Amino acid sequence: MTWRRALYLLPLVGFVALAAYFFYGLSSGYNPELLPSALIDKPAPQFQLAGLNGAVPLTNQDFTGQVVFVNFFASWCAPCREESPILMDLARRNVIQLYGIAYKDKPADATKYLKEYGDPYRRVGVDETGRTAINFGVYGVPETYAIDRNGHIRWRFVGPLTPQAVQSQLMPLLKKLGAS
Amino acid sequence: MIRAVVVAALLLGFVPAALAVEPGEMLANPQLEARAEAIGKQLRCLVCQNESIEDSNADLAHDLRVLIRNRLTAGDTDAQAIKFVTDRYGDFVLLKPPVEPATYVLWFSPFAILTIGALGAWLYIRHRRPVPPDEPLDLNQRRKLERLLLEDQ
Repeated sequence: MTWRRALYLLPLVGFVALAAYFFYGLSSGYNPELLPSALIDKPAPQFQLAGLNGAVPLTNQDFTGQVVFVNFFASWCAPCREESPILMDLARRNVIQLYGIAYKDKPADATKYLKEYGDPYRRVGVDETGRTAINFGVYGVPETYAIDRNGHIRWRFVGPLTPQAVQSQLMPLLKKLGAS
Repeated sequence: MIRAVVVAALLLGFVPAALAVEPGEMLANPQLEARAEAIGKQLRCLVCQNESIEDSNADLAHDLRVLIRNRLTAGDTDAQAIKFVTDRYGDFVLLKPPVEPATYVLWFSPFAILTIGALGAWLYIRHRRPVPPDEPLDLNQRRKLERLLLEDQ
């Protein structure tokens, strides 16, 4: 009865399978801190935020019919500085319509930050209370969202954008959403 | 020394678990506040991820605590207040994941593994060959044993 003998190998097989799974989890670069957005393919939250420096308020009505990217940032956020050159590059090449939301920031600080590191945004809204960010499901800055022509959230990126993320995620998404 | 130990034990026993809730956040209505705390303990702080928003000092946790208290004051039920948060942050914010098809493996695999183990143990015990009874010692062996026992005395 060789199959009974083989049965004794079952724990070993189980162990190897589990070990391979754990090894995959450790080596694949999976980061449990990066959460999928609960709002993917759902309508973007309504908001109306004071514009920076007395500009007209920023509302989601401004986005209708366009593919836009919304970037949550703050002057007190170090990774945002890291991300800034990438956003500046995207703005310079004019590939995306990028709007900024200053998260829990004083307007004066946000203005100073944008002067110092460059302003890649078409317009900036100030979310001093952080309520709009909560409606988007933001749990740290920077975070970037893509909103399609119908006002639905299609993409969320947690943390500073990297050139790789722009190449492998943002550009294909842009193509798919049919913007330019 | 003994007194110090007793005092320490009493302190440990009576100091309530420190929550991060600040006095200014608490609601005047103790019933609403109790409900808010119960809800807050079920919700994960997304900044620290293994603390509830009731335990966390993170800014976002503070905002969510205040938000839940506002919702309850506005007349939300507990379920509505929780849904408000899960609508925005997903089921991951629930420290206790809901039982739904996506979490069946999580909830039921321990029982499945226990059942498989019990089945295996049952099969093993049922098919175990009985241990053959001890054969009685022959005359020579018995003599030898007696000799050894005598030597020992």
